[in-house]
Amino acid sequence: MKSFVQQAGLGDILEKVEAGERLNLQDGLALYNTKEILALGYMANLVRNRMNGDNAYFIYNQHINYSNICTNLCKFCAFGKDKSSDLAYEMDLAQVKEKVRARLDEPITEIHMVGGIHPDLPFEYYLELLRGIKEVRPDVHIQAFTCVEIAHLAGLAGKSVAETLDILRDAGLGSIPGGGAEVFSPRIRAITCEKKLSGEQWLEVAKTAHRQGLHTNATMLYGHIETMEERLEHLDALRTAQDETKGFLAFIPLSFHPQNTELSNLSRTTGIDDLKNIAVARLFLDNFPHIKAYWVMIGPKMAQVALSFGADDMDGTVKEEVITHMAGADTDQAIGSKTLVRLIKEAGRVPVERDTLYNVIKVHD
Amino acid sequence: MDVGEKMQMKGLQKEVMESITEKVMAGGRISDEEFLALERDADLYQLGFLADGIRRRLHPEGNVTYVVDRNVNYTDICISACKFCAFFKAPEHQTGYLLTFDELELKIRETQDLGGTQILLQGGLHPDKPLEYYEEMLRFMKTTGIHVHGFSPPEVCHFASLSGLSIREVLQRLIAAGLDSIPGGGAEILSDRVREATAPRKCSADQWIEVMEEAHKLGLRTTATMMFGHIETVPERLEHLRRLRELQDRTGGFTAFIPWPFQPDNTALSQQVEIEKTTGMGYLRMLALSRIYLDNFENVQASWVTQGPKIAQLSLFFGANDFGSTMLEENVVAAAGVSFRLSEQEIRRLVVDAGFEPRQRLMDYTVI
Repeated sequence: MKSFVQQAGLGDILEKVEAGERLNLQDGLALYNTKEILALGYMANLVRNRMNGDNAYFIYNQHINYSNICTNLCKFCAFGKDKSSDLAYEMDLAQVKEKVRARLDEPITEIHMVGGIHPDLPFEYYLELLRGIKEVRPDVHIQAFTCVEIAHLAGLAGKSVAETLDILRDAGLGSIPGGGAEVFSPRIRAITCEKKLSGEQWLEVAKTAHRQGLHTNATMLYGHIETMEERLEHLDALRTAQDETKGFLAFIPLSFHPQNTELSNLSRTTGIDDLKNIAVARLFLDNFPHIKAYWVMIGPKMAQVALSFGADDMDGTVKEEVITHMAGADTDQAIGSKTLVRLIKEAGRVPVERDTLYNVIKVHD
Repeated sequence: MDVGEKMQMKGLQKEVMESITEKVMAGGRISDEEFLALERDADLYQLGFLADGIRRRLHPEGNVTYVVDRNVNYTDICISACKFCAFFKAPEHQTGYLLTFDELELKIRETQDLGGTQILLQGGLHPDKPLEYYEEMLRFMKTTGIHVHGFSPPEVCHFASLSGLSIREVLQRLIAAGLDSIPGGGAEILSDRVREATAPRKCSADQWIEVMEEAHKLGLRTTATMMFGHIETVPERLEHLRRLRELQDRTGGFTAFIPWPFQPDNTALSQQVEIEKTTGMGYLRMLALSRIYLDNFENVQASWVTQGPKIAQLSLFFGANDFGSTMLEENVVAAAGVSFRLSEQEIRRLVVDAGFEPRQRLMDYTVI
């Protein structure tokens, strides 16, 4: 097998990978630019197996998007709407509680809740959401509010990010999802999302959360106007931050879905690019415990294959996914845990149902 | 032993893998036992590297080909009632259609206007149209100059039994009327146990082989397919591949092999037995195994119509060197609940993105 990787011109990187040495930016660029997807995947699979064995994780979760009203209106987003739009919505506390109550008979361990940057909901609204969910489902872990929303909430509260996080945690916040990172490059943000939190500020919020004892995830939205160098700078910034705080749980590459966005002239990402982003992330982010293949975005078939290209997590049952579907995703909005278990087993891995913090709930063998 | 070392020991045993690799890379042929060992124990990368190595050896120029054509199904009325089919209408239901020659002509003209070179012509086993009807259809179609890739072996067998002629005589008459080549459909799994259970009224495995053998002898090129992932066993998949490889040794008449997984929605079979849809992983493994076993087949096609563009693109690294057809029209897979569409432009984009040169071809794989 080694000889195939050497023939693909990646022998030097393979030696580093086998020795557990950290890859530099130049290595990363070589990996992004290679056409030898099998050789790339083979190396990512070595690291994946070293770090996570045969385990392939998933979670029984529920998504709630409390509002799509947003003042940022990023060009790559089909979800966010101006408050005046006919498609704008916001849920009140009773509606959110009802969504949670409606699924109390299911073994949900995590509620994943994000929304836009709302122009006038008060800080108290967000605290009530957290308290309300906990009231209906006290044991559930709430993973909510991206770093972008957290910064906005700190502004509303008139407090520092650290103080705001403490208040949110007291109200029920368990951890922070990885959204809003997009691509950190100032060039990309100026073109696509100039009103959004900067990359540096995003990282600062994440690191602050880690210091306050809250775990977070990290994402990268790829497949729009970013260059390979910009992808790598993004990964490098995440790796450096993780060296400092060790608070990131998973990295989740997100494939850009152009439909209904201002960048709808662009094509969808290809299967090769999806796998490349998984594999390069696994090889480059040596300090991230988990790499997630988000089936909602790349489809269950590709997410299954991705388990051999560096990914060790398929996310979850999801239910009611809205954000990607607004941008034309043709995947289902939910997937049964039975289907996830079968996909994982057929990929030759062990399905491990987890909670948000990767504690094992059940091994399905 | 740490987890990493333990994982290294998984997959096919090193010595077995090395001997297979050496053989395959030198252009050699694997045995049935080696196929079964690979199927059982090889990991995705062992299969992928072997299949990809063969693809590179056979197609060193780095082309990935495709054909611009349209699937025309002249009728959906069918007496075969295969349990895995969601397309057919039984004659007694009187809900089926039969295309008129005018409709055929319109479809052909539209295809030609889009740069199409051939029509994949297949239909159900109509209860009472005589052989003369199909001869007339061919003569009519050929006035347009289009390549007719038509009448899979079950149709040819059906024409033979209706007309009382031999398979060879039927083929000679169809060729005289203008038939250019034969599609590999209706092969399903070339095992009589599987055929008895799923398609008892369809031609037998022997008859399927006989049609293709006679066709090759009469100078027609044909393709071969396999529909897997229903009730067949692994040895039955192997039996299928073995029969194809043996026939190809005798005639060399197959241009390509095209495997795809059974699509269960709306079929009688999926209501009778619980069948789990083949996963992306299952498809890629079978594709690679086919590429490795069928050493005498020049070309292997990816099935974007069942797998979607992402897995189809990845197929190019698991043995496939051809993206199949643009399928300006497709009805059979769509009836089973799968509706991927790809334009020629999109196929070319996927091929380029994967690092290959997209080339439009004809049925016989001549590049245009």
